[in-house]
Amino acid sequence: MLTAVIALSALALFSSFLLAVVARAFAVPVNPKIEEVEGALPGANCGGCGLPGCSELARRIAEGKADVDACPVGGESVALKLAAIMGKAFEGGAVRKIALVLCNGNDQVAEKRFHYNGVRDCTSAAMLFGGDKACLYGCLGLGTCVGICPFQAMRMLPNGLPAVDPAKCTACGKCVAACPKKIIKLVPIDKRVHILCSSHDKGAKVRKICEVGCIACTKCVKEAPEGAITMHDNLAVVSYDFDIPDAVAACCPMNTIHVRALDGAIERLEEAASVSGGAL
Amino acid sequence: MNRDTVKREVFVEDKKTKEVAEGLAGAGPRFLVSSSPHVREGVEIRDIMRLVIIALLPATLFSIYLFGVRALLTIAISVGSAVLFEAVWQKAVRKPVMIGNLSAALTGLLLALNLPSASPWWMICIGSLFAIVIAKQLYGGIGYNIFNPALVGRVVLLIAFPVQMTAKWLTPSAWGMNAVTTATPLGRVREALLTNGRIDVHLTRQEVLDLLIGNRAGSLGEVSVILLLIGGVFLIAKKIITWHIPVSFIASVWVLAGVFHLVNPARYADPSFHVITGGLFLGAFFMATDYVTSPIRPVGKLIFGVGCGAITVVIRLFGAYPEGVSFAILLMNAVTPLIDRYTRAAVFGARKVKATAA
Amino acid sequence: MAGGKFFGGIHPKYHKELASAQSIEQMPLPERLIVHFAQNLGAAPKPVVKKGDAVRKGQVIAEPQGFVSVPLHAPTSGSVQAIDLFPHPVGADMPAAVIVPDGKDEWAPGLNAPRNADGFDAEKIKGIIRDAGLVGMGGAAFPTHVKLSPPKEKPIDLLIVNGAECEPYLASDHRLMIERPAEILEGASLFARALGVQQVIVAIEKNKPEAIEAIRSAIVERRGYSLRALDVVYPQGAERQLIFALTGRRVPAGGLPMDVGVLVQNVGTAFAAYEAVHFGRPLIERVVCVTGRGIARPKNIVAKIGTTFNDAIAFCGGQRGESGKVISGGPMMGVAQYSLEAPITKGTSGIVLLTREEVAQFVSDPCIRCGRCVRVCPMLLNPSALSIFVERLRFDDAEAYHVIDCIECGCCAYVCPSRRPMVHHFRRAKAEIRSKAAKAS
Repeated sequence: MLTAVIALSALALFSSFLLAVVARAFAVPVNPKIEEVEGALPGANCGGCGLPGCSELARRIAEGKADVDACPVGGESVALKLAAIMGKAFEGGAVRKIALVLCNGNDQVAEKRFHYNGVRDCTSAAMLFGGDKACLYGCLGLGTCVGICPFQAMRMLPNGLPAVDPAKCTACGKCVAACPKKIIKLVPIDKRVHILCSSHDKGAKVRKICEVGCIACTKCVKEAPEGAITMHDNLAVVSYDFDIPDAVAACCPMNTIHVRALDGAIERLEEAASVSGGAL
Repeated sequence: MNRDTVKREVFVEDKKTKEVAEGLAGAGPRFLVSSSPHVREGVEIRDIMRLVIIALLPATLFSIYLFGVRALLTIAISVGSAVLFEAVWQKAVRKPVMIGNLSAALTGLLLALNLPSASPWWMICIGSLFAIVIAKQLYGGIGYNIFNPALVGRVVLLIAFPVQMTAKWLTPSAWGMNAVTTATPLGRVREALLTNGRIDVHLTRQEVLDLLIGNRAGSLGEVSVILLLIGGVFLIAKKIITWHIPVSFIASVWVLAGVFHLVNPARYADPSFHVITGGLFLGAFFMATDYVTSPIRPVGKLIFGVGCGAITVVIRLFGAYPEGVSFAILLMNAVTPLIDRYTRAAVFGARKVKATAA
Repeated sequence: MAGGKFFGGIHPKYHKELASAQSIEQMPLPERLIVHFAQNLGAAPKPVVKKGDAVRKGQVIAEPQGFVSVPLHAPTSGSVQAIDLFPHPVGADMPAAVIVPDGKDEWAPGLNAPRNADGFDAEKIKGIIRDAGLVGMGGAAFPTHVKLSPPKEKPIDLLIVNGAECEPYLASDHRLMIERPAEILEGASLFARALGVQQVIVAIEKNKPEAIEAIRSAIVERRGYSLRALDVVYPQGAERQLIFALTGRRVPAGGLPMDVGVLVQNVGTAFAAYEAVHFGRPLIERVVCVTGRGIARPKNIVAKIGTTFNDAIAFCGGQRGESGKVISGGPMMGVAQYSLEAPITKGTSGIVLLTREEVAQFVSDPCIRCGRCVRVCPMLLNPSALSIFVERLRFDDAEAYHVIDCIECGCCAYVCPSRRPMVHHFRRAKAEIRSKAAKAS
C-alpha cells in the first residue's frame, strides 16, 4: 500500500515538473490583449464580421487591424467594451440594423407558374426556371434564410413568407448572402416606412402576376420628401437616410408600401402581417 | 441550424403539393415541375419492411407452434408496444408520424424473436421502449440511429434481467403444452466447461436434426435454422439484402471456431455446432443486415461480417456470456461509419483510390 | 467488361411501343416559330436580324461567336415578328427571334442543292458542318465541328455511332435508323473522314431489332464498320458507359472520350451531317418523338426548330386529359416544362407527356442507407452519402466524394425508397462548387 502511494506520488511530481519545464521552454508569446478582446466578444462564431471566427476577429482588433465596432452581433455594448480595452475612443449612437425581406407576395396574392416539387431550399428551387413564382424577383418561401440564421431569428409564416424576430436578429448578414433572389436587406430598426417589393418588371407585367407589387407609378416618389424615394429600373426604392412620414404609405395604389415598427415584438409583427397579408 | 423547423413545414407542404398535383382541381392547367428523373421504380420503405417481415414469417409461425400461445403473446406485445411508442413519441415531439413505413413493427418483431417465450409483458415493453425511443428516436429517427434498435432492446434486457433472459428457456413442444425450463445448447456447453473443464458434445444425427429444425430450447427466433435460412435466401433473391454480410458472418464464425476446435477439441466445440446454435442465423440474416447500421459498400459489408463473426467467437469461447452475436453486431455497428469512410470506391474512370478520407 | 455491360444501371419500364411503330411524319409549318439564339453548348451566336426583317429558309440569322459556337438559321421563309425573352426548354427565359412563316418555304440561294462530296477533305467537311450549325442531337447540343477537332495529342482511333436511345418512351432515333440507315452511315463516314478514323461501330440496344436489321443490311459493304447490339440497360447510351461496354476503355474521371481515343456521335447528328454535306441543308428541323400516355396520338415528327410544344402536341392529337408533366427529352434526364410555349430546339429529342398517376413525387424522407442507389450508380459514386452532405450544406465533403463526376442519369433517385430528390441535390452541389471556384479565381 505504502509503495503504491509513494510510487504514484513520485510519478505525479515528476509529470508536473516535466509539464512546467515544457510549458516554459515551448511557450508561445501571446498578446494578452487578444484574450481580453476575445472575452468581450459574443463568441457566436457566426461569421457576420466576414472572418471565420471570433478568435480571428479578436486577433485583428488586438493588433489594431480591425475596428472596435466590427462585430455586428455585439453591437454598441461590445464596441464600447472593446474601445475601453484597446484604449480607443468610440462614438456610440449607431442605429441597430435588422434584416428585412423586401417582398410581400404571399401565396394568396402572388401567382405561381407551376407546382414545384423537390428540395425544400430556395437556391435549389431557383435552379428550375427561377422558381415557381411568376415574379422572378419574388421570395420563394422555402426557408433557406430561416435555416441559415445562426440565431434562429427567422421563421416561416404560413402564408409563405419569412418573418424576422427583432429580439434575436443581429444583422450578421448570413440571410442576405443566402437568399438566391438577393431580396433581403439590412435596414435601420428605427425606420418605419418600407417598400416591400424587389421587382424590376414593367408595371403592366407586375399587375398580372402580383397583387401587391410595385408598378412604378411614381406616386410615392412625389409624396415623399425630395430624394427619399427614387426609381431604379421600374422599382421604387427607399433611401433610409431620410425620415419618411407614415402617411406616404397610404398613397400606394398596390399596397406595396407598409408602415412597420421593426423594433416591436415578433408576435405583434406577425399579427400585423396576417392582417395585411404581409411579410416582415 | 434551424433544420427541424424547416423540415417540419416541409412535410406538410409536400403532402399539400401531392394532393394539389393529384387533384389539380380548379387550380388551372399547371404542371408539376421538378428536377429529373420524372419516373420512379415505386418501391417505398414499407415495401422493403414488409418483405423482411414476410421472410421472418416461417420462423415466427413455427416458433408459435413450438412454444404456443405465450409466443404469440410475446410477439403481439412486442410489435404493438414498439409501434405505439414510436407513434406517441413522434406525436409528442411534433414530427410526422411515420409508423406506416413498418420499421417500428419490424423492430418489434425482431425484438420478440430475440426473447424467450415466457417473457413477462412488462419486460417486453421495457425492451421495446429502449429499442424504439432510446436507440432510434433519440438519435433522430429512422436513418440516423447508430445501433440496431432491436439488439439494443435485447441487450438492455439481458443486462437488466439476466435471470429471465438466460435461465428461463422453455423446451419446445407441440403448441407449448409441455414446456419445461432448461438451458440452451450453448448454455449446456458452458455449464459443462465450467464444471468439468471439458465439453462433451457429440451430436447424434437426431440432435443435429433437432437443432436444424428447431426442436431445442432457445429464444423464439433462434430455434429454426432452416426456416431462417429460407427467409434469408428469399431476401437475397428479392435483392432486399445482399449475400455479403450473412456469408462473411457465418463463414468467419465457422472458420474461427474451427481453428480453435482443431487446436483443442476437448475445450472448443465443433464449428458446425457453433454455426447452428445460438442466434447466429437470425443475427447474420436479419439483424446484421439492417441498412442503417451496416456499411453501404460490398467490401465494407464483408469487413463488417468478418468482424461480427470474430467477435462472436471470442465472446462465446472466452467471454462471460454463452451467446455473443448481439454484442458482436452492436460493436460492429459502432465501427460502421469508420468502415464506410475507408471503403469509398474510386469514381468510375479514376486512376487510383483516394487515400485520404473526407 | 467488354461484353456489353457496365457497372450499375437500372431496368425501367420503357413503354417504347407507344411510338416505336409510328413512321416519321413531316409536321406542317405552324403559325409561328420561336427560335432561340442559345441552342448549343459554348457561346451563343449573335443575332444579325432585327424585328421586321424578311428571312429565307436556311438564312443565317445569328453569327457564331468564337470557335465553340455555331450559326443559327431561319427554319423557313417569313419575317421576324419580334426579338424577346421566351421560355427555353432547358430551364430559363432566354432571347429568341419569333419568325412568322410566309407559307412559301423558300430556301435562301445556294442551299438545298445536291453535290458530290467525294473530293471533300477533312477541313472542308468540318467547315460545312460548322456552317450548317450542327450540334450533338442526342441532347447535349455540343458543336459538332469542335468535337470533330480534337487536339493533336489525343489521336482518335474509333468512332462510335450512338443508336442506343436508352431513355424510356423515346423512339426518334429508332425510327431514323429503320427509315434512313444508309444516310446515317454516310454521315458516319463523313465523321470518320473528318477524323481520319478507320474503325466505326454502330451501337444499338437489343430492344430495337428492326433498327438492328436495317443498319446491318446497310453496313454490309463498308469496311471497318461493325454493328454491336447491346444489352438493354439504362443508361447504356451515356458516353462513358457506352465506351466501356463496347471497348472496355475507361474514360478518366473529369476527362473526355478523346482521352481514350474514342469519339461518340448520335445517329441524328450523323443524319444531319449527311444532309449538310451532300445537300447543303443547314440544321433547321429534326425528328422529335412526341409520346407518353398523356398524348392522344404518339408520333415521331419532323418539326422545324422553333415549333412550340403547343403546336407539336396539337399536331399529335392534343393532350389526353390534364397531364401531370410535360418533359423535353426523356423522363430520366429531361427537363420538366411549365409552359407549352417553349419551343423545340436543336437538342430536343422528344416531348414526353406523363399523366398525373405516373409522375414521381419527391418527398425527402431520411436516407435509410439501403444501398440501392450505390448499387445502381453507373459512375460508382455513393449517392446516399452525397445527398446527406448536400442536405447539411457540406459542399466540401460532397466535392471530396466526387459529386462533380455525377452524370445526372437519375438511376439513384429512380430506386430510392425514401423518394429523395437526389439529382436535384447534386445539381445544387455542383452549382455551389462551381461558384466557389469562380469566386476563388
